[in-house]
Amino acid sequence: MRQVYLDYSATTPVKKEVLDEMLPYFSEKFGNPSSLYGLGLSAKTDLNLARAKVAKLINADEREIYFTSSGTEADNWAVIGAARAKKAKGNHIITTKIEHHALLHTCQYLEKEGFDVTYLDVDREGRVSLADIEKAITDKTILISVMFANNEIGTIQPISEIAGIARKHEIWFHTDAVQALGNVPIDVKDLGIDMMSMSAHKIYGPKGVGALYIRKGVIIPSFMNGGAQESKRRAGTENVAGIVGFGKAAELAGENLKNHIRHVSELRDYFKDQILKRIPEVEINGSMKHRLPGNINLIFNYIEGESLLLLMDAKGIYASTGSACSSASLTPSHVLKALKLPYEKIHSSIRFTIGDFTTKEDIDYAVEEIVQIVERLRSISPIYGKAKKG
Amino acid sequence: MVIDMGMYNEKVMEHFMNPHNAGEMENPDAVGTHGSPVCGDMMEIAIKVENNVITDAKFKTFGCGSAIASSSVATDMIIGKTLEEALSYTNKTFVDELGGLPPQKIHCSVLAEEAVKNAIWNYAQKHGLVLEGLRGYDPTKEFGHEEEEEEQ
Repeated sequence: MRQVYLDYSATTPVKKEVLDEMLPYFSEKFGNPSSLYGLGLSAKTDLNLARAKVAKLINADEREIYFTSSGTEADNWAVIGAARAKKAKGNHIITTKIEHHALLHTCQYLEKEGFDVTYLDVDREGRVSLADIEKAITDKTILISVMFANNEIGTIQPISEIAGIARKHEIWFHTDAVQALGNVPIDVKDLGIDMMSMSAHKIYGPKGVGALYIRKGVIIPSFMNGGAQESKRRAGTENVAGIVGFGKAAELAGENLKNHIRHVSELRDYFKDQILKRIPEVEINGSMKHRLPGNINLIFNYIEGESLLLLMDAKGIYASTGSACSSASLTPSHVLKALKLPYEKIHSSIRFTIGDFTTKEDIDYAVEEIVQIVERLRSISPIYGKAKKG
Repeated sequence: MVIDMGMYNEKVMEHFMNPHNAGEMENPDAVGTHGSPVCGDMMEIAIKVENNVITDAKFKTFGCGSAIASSSVATDMIIGKTLEEALSYTNKTFVDELGGLPPQKIHCSVLAEEAVKNAIWNYAQKHGLVLEGLRGYDPTKEFGHEEEEEEQ
């Protein structure tokens, strides 16, 4: 059976060039970068080459890149680090309602310690209002954290403007760019970002590696205590193979950025247009203007997301849903709730994310199958019948 | 063993992929519903009844895999049964028939029990029947689970 992977925002396959570069670090180049003999020193050199490649992708200095175990760790470190570092100045953090749980749950953890967190609303397209940010700022505000692009609806935030507001008030600005990296051009200097979270496995690198960009001059305490790795700011023997893979993936992402954006946005638009043309009563969540190139999030009215996913899975088509019934917590997507989307539409929402290995044939196959699956589920939907009669 | 969300057993998947008795019924004797799309699942069941025996049943369900599978076995099980027999079935009857559901999906089978009850209640109302299995049944209390507002 054909397999059509349309969940590139969940994770991506490791590219062959990336894997080839990584493999020697599991065997002949296995040295510990902290060791003072050749095998260790060459590992250290290669680690720093990878650091330079990640830095180049976002126009940072290589000494501003700190490798972590994941984007989640980078988010935890940035927010908790800022809270600890700026404790004397204040206890107020500004973020949004549509952040990744890595950010939201970290903020909730700090609230239990007495921090105040403002969770800003977003508009119907998922964009945060600059006026709302200005209004939320108090003399106790120590950090503004707004994600670069949302993982569910792909909405891209006005990062440069938000960073400008933060700078004006002398507040640190952090952004979770896990979804944006490799999908939109990012220049941390130009945008005025103080800290930025990244992850390798969203850009065709391996799982288990992330990084936090920390602008020179921003000092936060280390998150892991132990050895002197990562300029004494993140202890633990480095995941050398993973970091080398991240470096290669970053290099490829930089080289391919234009082609990647064109390829995935063309296929995304083709997919969206075909679905909207062939299936009645489908709506789009989020913004078409400020959106990640490979993301589309659709409401298939009158059917429930999990049943749609299961039938797609049976045809080898992989996507994800914001419906409650497919999540272990049984609570519907906090992102779609923040859009003020009615619950029945949240339950009917599906995210498709397209990537470098998606082909037009994949899309044609997926569209044909989805048309039939939606028709079949609507034929047994009690609300579709009512809408037709009514 | 940790049971993962998506891991339905083969029987559940079979009933979900090829549900029995799904669709519209011409001239039903009674129709029952339970749930709402706002809660994420809703079932409508139509029945035909002769001499207090359910001779046919059809369902329409908005819901996840286990909601559709539960609807399929529930309709299968009540066809050919008396109204009282059908009323004796609980969601556990349907879950057992399916060979089990993941713990967080058990509530989906309640949908089928309640929709069956509601259809039989409507039938009994129309025909002035007093059924033991409907004692204490209040159709206005049909919404089982409300979503909790989660402030983030």
